[in-house]
Amino acid sequence: MNILGLDTSTMMATCAVINEERLLGEYSLNQDMSHSEKLVPMIKEILDGLNMKIGDIDLYGVAIGPGSFTGLRIGAATMKAFAHVFNKPMVGVSTLEALAYNLPHNEIVVPMIDARRNRVYTAIYSWEDGMLKEVMAPDVLPMEDLIKRLMDFDELVVNGNGTLIHRELLEKSLGKRVRFATMGQNMCRAASICELARIKYDGGQVDDYFTLAPEYLRESQAQRELREKERQNS
Amino acid sequence: MLTLAIESSCDETACAVIKDGREVLSNIISSQIDIHRKFGGVVPEIASRKHIEAINNIIQEALDEANCKFEDIDMIGVTQGPGLIGALLVGLSTAKALAYGLDIPLIGVNHIHGHICANFIEHRDLEPPFTCLVVSGGHTYLLNVRDYTDFELVGRTRDDAAGEAFDKVARSLGLPYPGGPHIDRLAKEGDKDSISFPRVYLEDDSYDFSFSGLKTAVLNYLNQEKQKGQEISIENVAASFQQAVLDILVDKSFKLANETGSKKIVLAGGVAANQGLREMMEERGTKEGIQIYYPSRILCTDNAAMIGSAAYYNYRKGLISGLSLNAEPNLGLN
Ligand SMILES: [Zn+2]
Repeated sequence: MNILGLDTSTMMATCAVINEERLLGEYSLNQDMSHSEKLVPMIKEILDGLNMKIGDIDLYGVAIGPGSFTGLRIGAATMKAFAHVFNKPMVGVSTLEALAYNLPHNEIVVPMIDARRNRVYTAIYSWEDGMLKEVMAPDVLPMEDLIKRLMDFDELVVNGNGTLIHRELLEKSLGKRVRFATMGQNMCRAASICELARIKYDGGQVDDYFTLAPEYLRESQAQRELREKERQNS
Repeated sequence: MLTLAIESSCDETACAVIKDGREVLSNIISSQIDIHRKFGGVVPEIASRKHIEAINNIIQEALDEANCKFEDIDMIGVTQGPGLIGALLVGLSTAKALAYGLDIPLIGVNHIHGHICANFIEHRDLEPPFTCLVVSGGHTYLLNVRDYTDFELVGRTRDDAAGEAFDKVARSLGLPYPGGPHIDRLAKEGDKDSISFPRVYLEDDSYDFSFSGLKTAVLNYLNQEKQKGQEISIENVAASFQQAVLDILVDKSFKLANETGSKKIVLAGGVAANQGLREMMEERGTKEGIQIYYPSRILCTDNAAMIGSAAYYNYRKGLISGLSLNAEPNLGLN
Protein backbone atom coordinates (compact mmCIF):
# COMPACT_ATOMS: atom_id res chain seq x y z
CA MET A 1 0.00 0.00 0.00
CA ASN A 2 1.44 3.36 -1.09
CA ILE A 3 0.43 6.30 1.04
CA LEU A 4 0.80 9.96 0.12
CA GLY A 5 0.72 12.32 3.09
CA LEU A 6 0.94 16.07 3.37
CA ASP A 7 0.71 18.97 5.73
CA THR A 8 0.31 22.66 4.88
CA SER A 9 -0.92 23.95 8.22
CA THR A 10 2.08 26.20 8.88
CA MET A 11 4.75 27.92 6.79
CA MET A 12 6.13 24.46 6.18
CA ALA A 13 4.80 22.57 3.21
CA THR A 14 5.66 18.89 3.52
CA CYS A 15 4.71 15.83 1.53
CA ALA A 16 5.88 12.22 1.68
CA VAL A 17 5.24 8.78 0.27
CA ILE A 18 5.53 5.59 2.32
CA ASN A 19 4.76 1.95 1.61
CA GLU A 20 4.27 -0.94 4.07
CA GLU A 21 7.92 -1.07 5.04
CA ARG A 22 9.53 2.29 4.70
CA LEU A 23 9.59 5.95 3.90
CA LEU A 24 10.13 6.26 0.14
CA GLY A 25 10.49 10.02 -0.07
CA GLU A 26 9.81 13.21 1.82
CA TYR A 27 10.00 16.81 0.66
CA SER A 28 9.58 19.82 2.94
CA LEU A 29 9.94 23.53 2.29
CA ASN A 30 9.76 26.15 4.99
CA GLN A 31 9.15 29.35 3.09
CA ASP A 32 6.75 32.25 2.98
CA MET A 33 3.24 30.93 2.55
CA SER A 34 3.51 29.81 -1.05
CA HIS A 35 1.80 26.45 -0.64
CA SER A 36 -0.55 27.14 -3.51
CA GLU A 37 2.35 27.49 -5.95
CA LYS A 38 4.58 24.80 -4.48
CA LEU A 39 2.41 21.93 -3.36
CA VAL A 40 1.44 20.07 -6.53
CA PRO A 41 4.91 20.56 -8.10
CA MET A 42 6.42 19.16 -4.86
CA ILE A 43 4.19 16.09 -5.04
CA LYS A 44 5.09 15.66 -8.71
CA GLU A 45 8.78 15.97 -7.89
CA ILE A 46 8.63 13.20 -5.29
CA LEU A 47 6.58 10.88 -7.48
CA ASP A 48 8.76 11.52 -10.54
CA GLY A 49 11.83 10.78 -8.43
CA LEU A 50 10.27 7.52 -7.31
CA ASN A 51 9.15 6.63 -10.84
CA MET A 52 5.60 6.56 -9.59
CA LYS A 53 2.38 8.08 -10.80
CA ILE A 54 -0.25 9.74 -8.65
CA GLY A 55 -2.54 6.87 -9.65
CA ASP A 56 -0.19 4.47 -7.83
CA ILE A 57 -1.22 5.97 -4.50
CA ASP A 58 -3.63 3.78 -2.51
CA LEU A 59 -4.35 6.02 0.47
CA TYR A 60 -4.25 9.77 0.98
CA GLY A 61 -3.37 11.17 4.39
CA VAL A 62 -3.89 14.88 4.95
CA ALA A 63 -3.30 17.12 7.93
CA ILE A 64 -6.68 18.65 8.74
CA GLY A 65 -5.64 21.08 11.43
CA PRO A 66 -5.47 23.05 13.49
CA GLY A 67 -3.26 25.63 11.79
CA SER A 68 -3.43 28.31 9.11
CA PHE A 69 -6.98 28.27 7.74
CA THR A 70 -5.89 28.97 4.18
CA GLY A 71 -2.99 26.52 4.35
CA LEU A 72 -5.25 23.75 5.62
CA ARG A 73 -7.69 24.33 2.80
CA ILE A 74 -4.98 24.19 0.14
CA GLY A 75 -3.85 20.80 1.45
CA ALA A 76 -7.36 19.43 1.93
CA ALA A 77 -8.62 20.63 -1.47
CA THR A 78 -5.63 19.06 -3.20
CA MET A 79 -5.98 15.69 -1.51
CA LYS A 80 -9.76 15.58 -1.77
CA ALA A 81 -9.42 16.09 -5.52
CA PHE A 82 -6.88 13.24 -5.83
CA ALA A 83 -9.03 10.88 -3.76
CA HIS A 84 -12.06 11.90 -5.83
CA VAL A 85 -10.40 11.38 -9.22
CA PHE A 86 -9.06 7.94 -8.32
CA ASN A 87 -11.88 7.05 -5.93
CA LYS A 88 -9.36 6.08 -3.25
CA PRO A 89 -9.69 6.30 0.53
CA MET A 90 -8.42 9.29 2.45
CA VAL A 91 -7.79 9.93 6.14
CA GLY A 92 -7.62 13.27 7.91
CA VAL A 93 -4.91 13.49 10.57
CA SER A 94 -4.62 16.05 13.37
CA THR A 95 -1.60 18.30 12.91
CA LEU A 96 -1.05 18.26 16.67
CA GLU A 97 -1.08 14.48 16.82
CA ALA A 98 1.36 14.36 13.92
CA LEU A 99 3.66 16.77 15.75
CA ALA A 100 3.51 14.65 18.91
CA TYR A 101 4.30 11.61 16.79
CA ASN A 102 7.74 13.12 16.15
CA LEU A 103 8.59 12.60 19.85
CA PRO A 104 8.14 8.93 20.83
CA HIS A 105 9.41 9.35 24.38
CA ASN A 106 8.01 8.00 27.60
CA GLU A 107 6.74 11.28 28.84
CA ILE A 108 4.15 13.94 28.26
CA VAL A 109 4.32 15.53 24.80
CA VAL A 110 2.89 18.99 24.19
CA PRO A 111 2.84 20.24 20.58
CA MET A 112 2.15 23.94 20.02
CA ILE A 113 1.26 25.70 16.80
CA ASP A 114 1.24 29.48 16.79
CA ALA A 115 -2.31 30.87 16.69
CA ARG A 116 -1.20 34.54 16.97
CA ARG A 117 -2.08 37.05 19.69
CA ASN A 118 -0.21 35.05 22.32
CA ARG A 119 -2.30 31.95 21.71
CA VAL A 120 -1.37 28.46 20.56
CA TYR A 121 -3.18 25.50 19.10
CA THR A 122 -2.20 22.77 21.47
CA ALA A 123 -3.04 19.40 22.98
CA ILE A 124 -1.42 17.13 25.55
CA TYR A 125 -0.43 13.58 24.68
CA SER A 126 1.26 10.67 26.46
CA TRP A 127 2.73 7.47 25.07
CA GLU A 128 1.23 4.22 26.29
CA ASP A 129 2.29 0.87 24.85
CA GLY A 130 3.72 2.57 21.79
CA MET A 131 0.48 4.45 21.11
CA LEU A 132 -0.28 8.14 21.47
CA LYS A 133 -2.99 8.81 24.04
CA GLU A 134 -4.79 12.14 24.23
CA VAL A 135 -4.53 13.66 27.71
CA MET A 136 -6.01 17.00 26.70
CA ALA A 137 -8.00 17.42 23.47
CA PRO A 138 -6.84 19.93 20.83
CA ASP A 139 -7.78 23.48 21.70
CA VAL A 140 -6.69 27.04 21.15
CA LEU A 141 -5.38 28.53 24.41
CA PRO A 142 -3.69 31.69 25.65
CA MET A 143 -0.13 30.85 26.74
CA GLU A 144 -0.85 31.69 30.40
CA ASP A 145 -3.70 29.15 30.51
CA LEU A 146 -1.61 26.46 28.89
CA ILE A 147 1.28 27.02 31.27
CA LYS A 148 -1.07 26.71 34.25
CA ARG A 149 -2.13 23.29 32.98
CA LEU A 150 1.43 22.21 32.29
CA MET A 151 2.34 22.87 35.94
CA ASP A 152 0.65 19.51 36.70
CA PHE A 153 3.43 17.55 35.02
CA ASP A 154 6.91 16.80 36.36
CA GLU A 155 8.42 16.14 32.99
CA LEU A 156 7.34 17.13 29.53
CA VAL A 157 8.69 17.68 26.06
CA VAL A 158 7.34 20.36 23.74
CA ASN A 159 7.57 21.00 20.02
CA GLY A 160 6.06 22.95 17.15
CA ASN A 161 6.53 26.52 15.94
CA GLY A 162 4.71 27.82 19.04
CA THR A 163 7.59 26.66 21.23
CA LEU A 164 10.04 28.73 19.17
CA ILE A 165 7.99 31.87 19.71
CA HIS A 166 7.27 31.24 23.41
CA ARG A 167 10.51 29.49 24.41
CA GLU A 168 11.55 32.12 26.92
CA LEU A 169 8.21 32.09 28.69
CA LEU A 170 8.13 28.28 28.80
CA GLU A 171 11.65 28.11 30.21
CA LYS A 172 10.93 30.78 32.81
CA SER A 173 7.67 29.23 33.95
CA LEU A 174 8.48 25.53 33.79
CA GLY A 175 12.24 25.51 34.44
CA LYS A 176 13.88 22.13 34.26
CA ARG A 177 10.63 20.27 33.81
CA VAL A 178 10.37 21.20 30.13
CA ARG A 179 12.53 19.86 27.33
CA PHE A 180 12.54 21.31 23.85
CA ALA A 181 12.55 19.29 20.65
CA THR A 182 15.37 19.43 18.14
CA MET A 183 15.00 21.47 14.96
CA GLY A 184 13.90 18.51 12.86
CA GLN A 185 11.27 17.50 15.41
CA ASN A 186 9.69 20.94 15.52
CA MET A 187 8.05 20.70 12.13
CA CYS A 188 5.16 18.54 11.15
CA ARG A 189 6.61 15.69 9.08
CA ALA A 190 4.58 14.33 6.19
CA ALA A 191 6.09 10.94 6.98
CA SER A 192 4.30 11.10 10.35
CA ILE A 193 1.06 12.06 8.59
CA CYS A 194 1.46 9.01 6.32
CA GLU A 195 2.11 6.67 9.22
CA LEU A 196 -0.75 8.01 11.32
CA ALA A 197 -3.04 7.79 8.29
CA ARG A 198 -2.16 4.13 7.94
CA ILE A 199 -2.71 3.42 11.65
CA LYS A 200 -6.09 5.15 11.52
CA TYR A 201 -7.04 3.47 8.26
CA ASP A 202 -6.11 0.06 9.73
CA GLY A 203 -8.23 1.02 12.72
CA GLY A 204 -11.22 1.56 10.45
CA GLN A 205 -11.16 5.32 9.87
CA VAL A 206 -11.91 6.39 6.30
CA ASP A 207 -12.87 9.96 5.54
CA ASP A 208 -15.16 10.96 2.72
CA TYR A 209 -13.71 13.21 0.02
CA PHE A 210 -17.14 14.77 -0.35
CA THR A 211 -17.40 15.91 3.24
CA LEU A 212 -13.89 16.11 4.70
CA ALA A 213 -13.14 19.66 5.88
CA PRO A 214 -10.38 21.15 8.02
CA GLU A 215 -10.78 21.27 11.79
CA TYR A 216 -10.16 24.93 12.44
CA LEU A 217 -10.89 24.91 16.19
CA ARG A 218 -11.95 28.54 15.79
CA GLU A 219 -14.95 30.23 14.27
CA SER A 220 -14.36 32.99 11.78
CA GLN A 221 -14.08 36.44 13.31
CA ALA A 222 -17.36 37.52 11.72
CA GLN A 223 -19.18 34.60 13.34
CA ARG A 224 -17.68 35.35 16.75
CA GLU A 225 -18.75 38.98 16.46
CA LEU A 226 -22.25 38.06 15.32
CA ARG A 227 -22.64 35.62 18.21
CA GLU A 228 -21.45 38.30 20.63
CA LYS A 229 -23.96 40.78 19.20
CA GLU A 230 -26.79 38.27 19.46
CA ARG A 231 -25.81 37.50 23.04
CA GLN A 232 -25.90 41.21 23.97
CA ASN A 233 -29.29 41.67 22.30
CA SER A 234 -30.92 38.75 24.07
CA MET B 1 -13.29 19.06 -26.45
CA LEU B 2 -14.74 18.81 -22.96
CA THR B 3 -13.73 21.31 -20.31
CA LEU B 4 -14.47 20.84 -16.64
CA ALA B 5 -14.45 24.30 -15.12
CA ILE B 6 -14.41 25.50 -11.53
CA GLU B 7 -15.35 28.93 -10.18
CA SER B 8 -14.96 29.92 -6.51
CA SER B 9 -13.92 33.56 -6.57
CA CYS B 10 -16.65 34.85 -4.24
CA ASP B 11 -19.65 33.20 -2.61
CA GLU B 12 -20.71 30.76 -5.33
CA THR B 13 -19.16 27.32 -5.55
CA ALA B 14 -19.63 26.36 -9.18
CA CYS B 15 -18.62 23.64 -11.59
CA ALA B 16 -19.58 23.07 -15.21
CA VAL B 17 -18.82 20.82 -18.15
CA ILE B 18 -18.59 22.68 -21.46
CA LYS B 19 -18.15 21.33 -24.98
CA ASP B 20 -16.01 23.31 -27.40
CA GLY B 21 -16.38 26.53 -25.44
CA ARG B 22 -20.02 27.12 -26.37
CA GLU B 23 -22.21 24.20 -25.40
CA VAL B 24 -23.22 23.72 -21.75
CA LEU B 25 -23.50 20.07 -20.71
CA SER B 26 -23.91 21.01 -17.06
CA ASN B 27 -23.71 24.17 -15.01
CA ILE B 28 -23.99 23.62 -11.25
CA ILE B 29 -23.99 26.58 -8.88
CA SER B 30 -24.14 26.34 -5.11
CA SER B 31 -24.89 29.75 -3.69
CA GLN B 32 -24.01 30.70 -0.12
CA ILE B 33 -26.05 33.85 -0.24
CA ASP B 34 -28.36 32.87 2.64
CA ILE B 35 -25.37 32.39 4.92
CA HIS B 36 -23.80 35.75 4.09
CA ARG B 37 -27.06 37.70 4.16
CA LYS B 38 -27.12 37.94 7.94
CA PHE B 39 -23.67 39.58 7.81
CA GLY B 40 -24.85 42.11 5.23
CA GLY B 41 -22.22 41.03 2.72
CA VAL B 42 -19.82 38.26 1.83
CA VAL B 43 -17.53 37.20 4.70
CA PRO B 44 -14.33 35.89 3.06
CA GLU B 45 -13.42 33.28 5.70
CA ILE B 46 -16.92 31.85 5.78
CA ALA B 47 -17.01 31.75 1.97
CA SER B 48 -13.74 29.79 1.90
CA ARG B 49 -15.02 27.31 4.48
CA LYS B 50 -18.21 26.71 2.54
CA HIS B 51 -16.28 26.23 -0.69
CA ILE B 52 -14.16 23.41 0.66
CA GLU B 53 -17.20 21.67 2.12
CA ALA B 54 -19.13 21.87 -1.15
CA ILE B 55 -16.65 21.64 -3.97
CA ASN B 56 -16.35 17.89 -4.51
CA ASN B 57 -20.11 17.47 -4.42
CA ILE B 58 -20.55 20.21 -6.98
CA ILE B 59 -17.94 18.63 -9.25
CA GLN B 60 -19.68 15.26 -9.02
CA GLU B 61 -23.05 16.84 -9.78
CA ALA B 62 -21.58 18.58 -12.81
CA LEU B 63 -20.12 15.30 -14.11
CA ASP B 64 -23.34 13.40 -13.46
CA GLU B 65 -25.54 15.95 -15.14
CA ALA B 66 -23.22 16.07 -18.16
CA ASN B 67 -23.37 12.30 -18.16
CA CYS B 68 -19.60 11.92 -18.16
CA LYS B 69 -16.70 10.71 -16.06
CA PHE B 70 -13.40 12.30 -15.14
CA GLU B 71 -11.70 10.29 -17.92
CA ASP B 72 -13.88 12.01 -20.56
CA ILE B 73 -12.59 15.46 -19.62
CA ASP B 74 -9.93 17.03 -21.88
CA MET B 75 -8.92 20.05 -19.80
CA ILE B 76 -9.53 21.80 -16.51
CA GLY B 77 -10.44 25.49 -16.44
CA VAL B 78 -10.35 27.47 -13.22
CA THR B 79 -10.81 31.05 -12.07
CA GLN B 80 -7.41 32.44 -11.14
CA GLY B 81 -8.66 35.91 -10.14
CA PRO B 82 -9.76 38.52 -9.44
CA GLY B 83 -11.64 37.58 -6.27
CA LEU B 84 -11.25 36.66 -2.63
CA ILE B 85 -7.86 35.02 -2.16
CA GLY B 86 -8.96 32.28 0.26
CA ALA B 87 -12.00 31.45 -1.84
CA LEU B 88 -10.01 31.37 -5.08
CA LEU B 89 -7.44 29.03 -3.52
CA VAL B 90 -10.00 26.31 -2.85
CA GLY B 91 -11.04 26.10 -6.50
CA LEU B 92 -7.49 26.53 -7.73
CA SER B 93 -6.01 23.82 -5.48
CA THR B 94 -8.76 21.45 -6.53
CA ALA B 95 -8.28 22.25 -10.21
CA LYS B 96 -4.53 21.72 -10.07
CA ALA B 97 -4.92 18.34 -8.41
CA LEU B 98 -7.53 17.33 -10.99
CA ALA B 99 -5.34 18.41 -13.91
CA TYR B 100 -2.29 16.65 -12.48
CA GLY B 101 -4.28 13.55 -11.50
CA LEU B 102 -5.89 13.27 -14.92
CA ASP B 103 -2.76 14.40 -16.76
CA ILE B 104 -4.64 17.00 -18.80
CA PRO B 105 -4.01 20.73 -19.38
CA LEU B 106 -4.78 23.25 -16.63
CA ILE B 107 -6.11 26.60 -17.84
CA GLY B 108 -6.22 29.60 -15.51
CA VAL B 109 -9.02 32.01 -16.37
CA ASN B 110 -9.58 35.66 -15.58
CA HIS B 111 -13.04 35.92 -13.98
CA ILE B 112 -13.88 39.00 -16.06
CA HIS B 113 -12.91 37.16 -19.24
CA GLY B 114 -15.36 34.50 -18.07
CA HIS B 115 -18.19 37.01 -17.75
CA ILE B 116 -17.59 38.19 -21.32
CA CYS B 117 -17.55 34.59 -22.59
CA ALA B 118 -20.96 33.91 -21.00
CA ASN B 119 -22.24 35.63 -24.14
CA PHE B 120 -20.57 33.08 -26.44
CA ILE B 121 -22.57 30.38 -24.67
CA GLU B 122 -25.81 32.33 -24.88
CA HIS B 123 -25.36 33.51 -28.47
CA ARG B 124 -23.83 30.75 -30.55
CA ASP B 125 -23.24 33.06 -33.53
CA LEU B 126 -21.68 35.96 -31.61
CA GLU B 127 -18.10 36.65 -32.65
CA PRO B 128 -15.63 39.38 -31.77
CA PRO B 129 -14.92 42.19 -32.30
CA PHE B 130 -17.49 44.04 -30.20
CA THR B 131 -17.90 46.70 -27.52
CA CYS B 132 -18.37 45.16 -24.09
CA LEU B 133 -19.66 46.53 -20.79
CA VAL B 134 -18.85 44.33 -17.78
CA VAL B 135 -20.83 45.42 -14.72
CA SER B 136 -21.09 43.56 -11.43
CA GLY B 137 -20.80 43.99 -7.68
CA GLY B 138 -17.03 44.06 -7.99
CA HIS B 139 -16.33 45.41 -11.46
CA THR B 140 -17.20 48.06 -13.99
CA TYR B 141 -15.25 47.79 -17.23
CA LEU B 142 -15.72 49.14 -20.72
CA LEU B 143 -13.76 47.16 -23.29
CA ASN B 144 -13.03 46.71 -26.94
CA VAL B 145 -13.10 42.94 -27.33
CA ARG B 146 -10.87 42.44 -30.37
CA ASP B 147 -10.70 38.67 -30.32
CA TYR B 148 -11.68 35.76 -28.05
CA THR B 149 -8.67 36.36 -25.80
CA ASP B 150 -7.72 39.90 -26.76
CA PHE B 151 -9.30 42.88 -25.03
CA GLU B 152 -8.51 46.53 -24.84
CA LEU B 153 -9.51 48.05 -21.52
CA VAL B 154 -10.94 51.48 -22.32
CA GLY B 155 -12.70 52.49 -19.13
CA ARG B 156 -13.12 51.40 -15.54
CA THR B 157 -14.57 52.71 -12.31
CA ARG B 158 -12.40 55.02 -10.26
CA ASP B 159 -14.20 54.18 -7.03
CA ASP B 160 -17.26 51.96 -6.47
CA ALA B 161 -18.30 49.30 -8.95
CA ALA B 162 -21.79 49.84 -10.41
CA GLY B 163 -23.19 46.82 -8.58
CA GLU B 164 -21.55 47.97 -5.36
CA ALA B 165 -23.38 51.30 -5.63
CA PHE B 166 -26.65 49.37 -6.09
CA ASP B 167 -25.94 47.26 -3.00
CA LYS B 168 -24.99 50.23 -0.84
CA VAL B 169 -28.02 52.28 -1.83
CA ALA B 170 -30.24 49.23 -1.32
CA ARG B 171 -28.83 48.81 2.17
CA SER B 172 -29.56 52.43 3.03
CA LEU B 173 -33.15 51.85 1.88
CA GLY B 174 -33.37 48.89 4.25
CA LEU B 175 -33.46 46.30 1.44
CA PRO B 176 -31.87 42.90 1.98
CA TYR B 177 -28.48 41.91 0.59
CA PRO B 178 -27.79 41.70 -2.30
CA GLY B 179 -29.77 44.78 -3.15
CA GLY B 180 -29.37 45.13 -6.91
CA PRO B 181 -32.39 43.05 -7.94
CA HIS B 182 -34.59 44.81 -5.35
CA ILE B 183 -33.67 48.23 -6.73
CA ASP B 184 -34.41 47.01 -10.25
CA ARG B 185 -37.82 45.71 -9.14
CA LEU B 186 -38.77 48.84 -7.15
CA ALA B 187 -37.51 51.14 -9.90
CA LYS B 188 -40.28 49.89 -12.20
CA GLU B 189 -42.87 51.22 -9.75
CA GLY B 190 -41.19 54.57 -9.15
CA ASP B 191 -40.81 57.81 -11.12
CA LYS B 192 -37.28 58.06 -12.47
CA ASP B 193 -37.53 61.82 -12.91
CA SER B 194 -38.83 62.53 -9.40
CA ILE B 195 -35.46 63.15 -7.75
CA SER B 196 -32.51 64.73 -9.49
CA PHE B 197 -29.33 62.81 -8.68
CA PRO B 198 -25.98 63.77 -10.25
CA ARG B 199 -24.53 62.03 -13.31
CA VAL B 200 -20.75 61.99 -13.12
CA TYR B 201 -19.25 61.78 -16.60
CA LEU B 202 -15.68 62.75 -15.60
CA GLU B 203 -13.48 64.31 -18.31
CA ASP B 204 -14.90 64.71 -21.84
CA ASP B 205 -12.63 62.11 -23.38
CA SER B 206 -12.78 59.64 -20.48
CA TYR B 207 -14.52 56.29 -20.53
CA ASP B 208 -13.96 55.85 -16.81
CA PHE B 209 -16.79 55.76 -14.28
CA SER B 210 -17.36 57.15 -10.80
CA PHE B 211 -20.32 56.14 -8.67
CA SER B 212 -19.33 57.11 -5.14
CA GLY B 213 -20.59 60.71 -5.56
CA LEU B 214 -23.97 59.42 -6.69
CA LYS B 215 -24.12 57.01 -3.77
CA THR B 216 -23.34 59.87 -1.36
CA ALA B 217 -26.00 62.05 -3.00
CA VAL B 218 -28.61 59.35 -2.38
CA LEU B 219 -27.53 58.97 1.27
CA ASN B 220 -27.65 62.77 1.75
CA TYR B 221 -31.09 62.94 0.18
CA LEU B 222 -32.37 60.22 2.51
CA ASN B 223 -30.92 62.02 5.56
CA GLN B 224 -32.36 65.39 4.58
CA GLU B 225 -35.81 63.97 3.97
CA LYS B 226 -35.70 62.14 7.27
CA GLN B 227 -34.69 65.32 9.12
CA LYS B 228 -37.53 67.20 7.45
CA GLY B 229 -39.82 64.43 8.60
CA GLN B 230 -40.82 63.72 5.01
CA GLU B 231 -42.12 60.37 3.96
CA ILE B 232 -39.66 58.75 1.55
CA SER B 233 -40.87 56.89 -1.52
CA ILE B 234 -38.30 54.13 -1.87
CA GLU B 235 -39.73 53.37 -5.32
CA ASN B 236 -38.92 56.91 -6.45
CA VAL B 237 -35.45 56.81 -4.89
CA ALA B 238 -34.75 53.44 -6.52
CA ALA B 239 -36.01 54.60 -9.91
CA SER B 240 -34.13 57.93 -9.83
CA PHE B 241 -30.93 56.36 -8.59
CA GLN B 242 -31.04 53.50 -11.09
CA GLN B 243 -31.69 55.91 -13.94
CA ALA B 244 -28.65 57.97 -12.95
CA VAL B 245 -26.44 54.86 -13.09
CA LEU B 246 -27.94 53.59 -16.33
CA ASP B 247 -27.65 56.95 -18.12
CA ILE B 248 -23.90 56.87 -17.62
CA LEU B 249 -23.45 53.18 -18.45
CA VAL B 250 -25.53 53.46 -21.62
CA ASP B 251 -24.08 56.77 -22.81
CA LYS B 252 -20.48 55.66 -22.44
CA SER B 253 -21.11 52.28 -24.05
CA PHE B 254 -22.71 53.84 -27.11
CA LYS B 255 -20.08 56.54 -27.29
CA LEU B 256 -17.39 53.86 -27.47
CA ALA B 257 -19.31 51.74 -29.97
CA ASN B 258 -19.82 54.74 -32.22
CA GLU B 259 -16.20 55.82 -31.92
CA THR B 260 -14.91 52.38 -32.91
CA GLY B 261 -17.65 51.77 -35.47
CA SER B 262 -18.80 48.69 -33.61
CA LYS B 263 -22.32 47.47 -34.40
CA LYS B 264 -22.48 45.21 -31.36
CA ILE B 265 -22.63 46.04 -27.66
CA VAL B 266 -22.31 43.08 -25.31
CA LEU B 267 -23.33 43.23 -21.64
CA ALA B 268 -21.79 40.95 -19.02
CA GLY B 269 -21.68 40.49 -15.26
CA GLY B 270 -24.31 40.46 -12.53
CA VAL B 271 -25.72 43.92 -13.35
CA ALA B 272 -26.33 42.73 -16.95
CA ALA B 273 -29.34 40.97 -15.40
CA ASN B 274 -30.82 44.40 -14.58
CA GLN B 275 -34.04 44.76 -16.54
CA GLY B 276 -33.80 48.53 -16.69
CA LEU B 277 -30.31 48.34 -18.20
CA ARG B 278 -31.34 45.77 -20.79
CA GLU B 279 -34.39 47.76 -21.88
CA MET B 280 -32.58 51.07 -22.11
CA MET B 281 -29.71 49.52 -24.08
CA GLU B 282 -32.10 47.82 -26.51
CA GLU B 283 -34.21 50.92 -27.01
CA ARG B 284 -31.19 53.01 -27.91
CA GLY B 285 -29.67 50.13 -29.92
CA THR B 286 -32.74 50.00 -32.11
CA LYS B 287 -32.50 53.76 -32.71
CA GLU B 288 -28.80 53.69 -33.56
CA GLY B 289 -28.67 50.39 -35.44
CA ILE B 290 -26.54 48.63 -32.83
CA GLN B 291 -27.29 45.06 -31.78
CA ILE B 292 -27.38 44.43 -28.02
CA TYR B 293 -26.34 41.09 -26.53
CA TYR B 294 -26.58 39.88 -22.94
CA PRO B 295 -26.59 36.47 -21.26
CA SER B 296 -29.62 34.91 -19.61
CA ARG B 297 -29.88 35.58 -15.89
CA ILE B 298 -28.15 32.38 -14.76
CA LEU B 299 -25.13 33.17 -16.94
CA CYS B 300 -24.97 36.77 -15.67
CA THR B 301 -24.25 35.64 -12.12
CA ASP B 302 -21.00 33.95 -11.20
CA ASN B 303 -20.95 30.49 -12.78
CA ALA B 304 -18.44 27.99 -14.05
CA ALA B 305 -19.86 27.56 -17.57
CA MET B 306 -18.46 30.96 -18.49
CA ILE B 307 -15.07 29.96 -17.03
CA GLY B 308 -15.14 26.80 -19.15
CA SER B 309 -15.83 28.86 -22.26
CA ALA B 310 -12.95 31.24 -21.53
CA ALA B 311 -10.67 28.29 -20.74
CA TYR B 312 -11.44 26.78 -24.13
CA TYR B 313 -10.50 29.98 -25.96
CA ASN B 314 -7.33 30.33 -23.86
CA TYR B 315 -6.44 26.75 -24.74
CA ARG B 316 -6.94 27.42 -28.46
CA LYS B 317 -4.49 30.32 -28.11
CA GLY B 318 -1.97 28.06 -26.36
CA LEU B 319 -2.50 29.82 -23.03
CA ILE B 320 -1.92 26.80 -20.80
CA SER B 321 -0.99 27.21 -17.13
CA GLY B 322 1.65 25.39 -15.13
CA LEU B 323 1.01 23.47 -11.93
CA SER B 324 2.49 26.37 -9.98
CA LEU B 325 -0.42 28.60 -11.04
CA ASN B 326 -1.33 30.86 -8.14
CA ALA B 327 -4.46 32.79 -7.22
CA GLU B 328 -4.35 36.49 -8.15
CA PRO B 329 -6.90 38.39 -6.05
CA ASN B 330 -6.28 41.62 -7.98
CA LEU B 331 -5.77 40.15 -11.43
CA GLY B 332 -6.21 42.82 -14.10
CA LEU B 333 -7.47 42.33 -17.62
CA ASN B 334 -4.29 42.95 -19.61
ZN1 LIG C 1 -18.41 37.90 -11.27
